[in-house]
Amino acid sequence: MTETLTEMLIIFIKIVCALVWFLLLTLYLTWLERKESAVIQDRIGANRAQIFGIRIIGLFQPFADALKMIFKEDFVPSFSRKFLHTIAPFISFFFVAITIAAIPFGDILRIGKRTINLQILDFNVGLLFILAMLSLGIYGIIISGWASNNRYTLTGGLRGAAQVISYEVALGLSLIGLIMVYPSLRLSSIVLYQGELLFGFLPKWGIFLQPLGFVIFLFAALAETKRVPFDLPEGESEIIGFFTEYSGLKWGLFMMTDFMEIIIISTLLTTLFFGGWQVPWLASDGFHFPWGGEVLLPHLVVVLFQVAAFNIKVFFFCWLQILIRWTYPRFRYDQVMDLGWKLLVPLSLVNIIGTGIIMTI
Amino acid sequence: MIKALGYFIEIIRGSVITTRHFVVNMFFHILKVLGIKTKRKGAVTIQYPEQKKDIASRHRSLHRLMTREDGKPRCVACMLCATVCPSECIYVEAAEDPDPEIQKYPAKFIIDLGRCCFCGFCVEACPEDAIRMDTGNVEFAQYSQQDLIYDLDKLIG
Repeated sequence: MTETLTEMLIIFIKIVCALVWFLLLTLYLTWLERKESAVIQDRIGANRAQIFGIRIIGLFQPFADALKMIFKEDFVPSFSRKFLHTIAPFISFFFVAITIAAIPFGDILRIGKRTINLQILDFNVGLLFILAMLSLGIYGIIISGWASNNRYTLTGGLRGAAQVISYEVALGLSLIGLIMVYPSLRLSSIVLYQGELLFGFLPKWGIFLQPLGFVIFLFAALAETKRVPFDLPEGESEIIGFFTEYSGLKWGLFMMTDFMEIIIISTLLTTLFFGGWQVPWLASDGFHFPWGGEVLLPHLVVVLFQVAAFNIKVFFFCWLQILIRWTYPRFRYDQVMDLGWKLLVPLSLVNIIGTGIIMTI
Repeated sequence: MIKALGYFIEIIRGSVITTRHFVVNMFFHILKVLGIKTKRKGAVTIQYPEQKKDIASRHRSLHRLMTREDGKPRCVACMLCATVCPSECIYVEAAEDPDPEIQKYPAKFIIDLGRCCFCGFCVEACPEDAIRMDTGNVEFAQYSQQDLIYDLDKLIG
C-alpha cells in the first residue's frame, strides 16, 4: 500500500517538476525573444520591469506581461460561436503541454534502493505520441479560425491547417531514417543508443548518422511552430491570422503555445539528433575518454551532468530558433508549399532509401 | 537545383550576419557587466530618462522672453511674431510704456504650446531679439492643455 502511494507521489512530483520547468521556460522564452532580438539589432530590449526598484536586466518582464494579459478584457465577439471560441485556445495549449510527458530529461536516478526514471512516462511509442499530439494541436487553429466567424480568421485557420498538415508529412518521413538506425520508438532507448561510440571516438548521435534527416526535420519543425519564416497562419503584421478575434489571456494561450512548441521542438531535436541527456564519453560511473584516461564520478554528479547537458542543448536550440525567427523574412504561401512538397518530402524519401542502402551494405 | 543552392548559401550568410551581431554585442555586454570599460558599446540605445543626448546648439526648444537690465521684457509689442506665426499660437496685448524711447510694452504675452509647431519664425521675425528658443528644455509635456498655455511670467522666468 505504501509502495503504491510512494510511486504515485513520485509520479506526481515528476509531473509537477516537468510542467514547472516547461512553463517557466516558456515564460522566459518570451523574455529571451525580446532580449535576443534586441542584441541582434544592437538594442537593449525590455529592461524596465521592476519589483521594489530591483530590475535584473528585465527578468521580471514575463510576469508583468502575464499580469497585464490576465487583467485585459476577455473580449468575445457577439457574432462568434461562443463555446468553440472559448475552447479553441485550450485545445491548442493542452495538446502541446501534454507532449512533455514523453520527453526523457535524464537517465535513471537512484536514491537508496529506489530507481526513478527521469521521464514522466516511458512510452514504447513515445515518438509517435509526441508527433500525434503536435498534429492534434492543429484543431485549436482550425476551431479558432472557424469559431471566430470572421472570413479572415477562417482563411488564416485554413492556411495554418494546410501548412501544418503538409509539413507533418515531411516531419514524419524525416524521422523514419532515424527510427531505422535506432530501431525503437521509445525515446529513452533512442537516447541510450546514442551513448554508443562510432569508430571508437565519435558519439553515435543522430546528427552524425542522419545529417540529411536532421536538416529536413529542422525545416519541417520550424514550419510546425508557425513562427516567422513560416508564419502564414498568424501573419501578425499584414495578413490577418486565425487569432484575430482573441484578446487577453486566450490570446496569450495561443502565444504561449507557439513558445511551447519551440521548446518541444528543441527537446525533440536534442533527444533525437543530439544525444538527449548524453554527455560525450560519460558513462554511468564517470568519463571514459577514447584516448585513454578515466574520471570516475559519483552517481548524483553524473545525473546532474546529464540533466544539465539536456538543458544546455535545449537552450541552444531555443536560442537558434529565435535567431532564425529574427533573421529571415516570411515565405510566400506558394513558396511554403513548394518547399514542403517539392523539396522536403522528396529529400526525406531519398534519405530513407539512402539509409536503407547503407544499412544493408 | 543550382539556383536553390544559391538561395541556401544566401540563407546561411544571413544567419551568419545576425549571429555575428549577437556574439559581438553579447561580448561587449558581458565586458560591461564585468566592469571593463570599452570604447564600443554593446548597444546604441540611449536609456532616455537616465541618459540624455546632448541637444544641438541650434535646436529649437522651449521659448523664453529676454529682459532689459531693469528686468522688464525686451519686447516692444510690435506684433511681428504674432503675425508671422503659422500656427497662430502667440497672443500679444500691447500697453503704453511711460518711456518715450520704448513706447509700448506687452501687457499680455501668451504662447499656446499646444498649438506651437516650433518653426522658430517668431525668433527670426523679432526686431528686438526679445524671444529666443534656446532654453534647451524639451520636457514640458503636461496632462492638460490648459497647462501648456504659457504667459509672461512663465516665459520670462
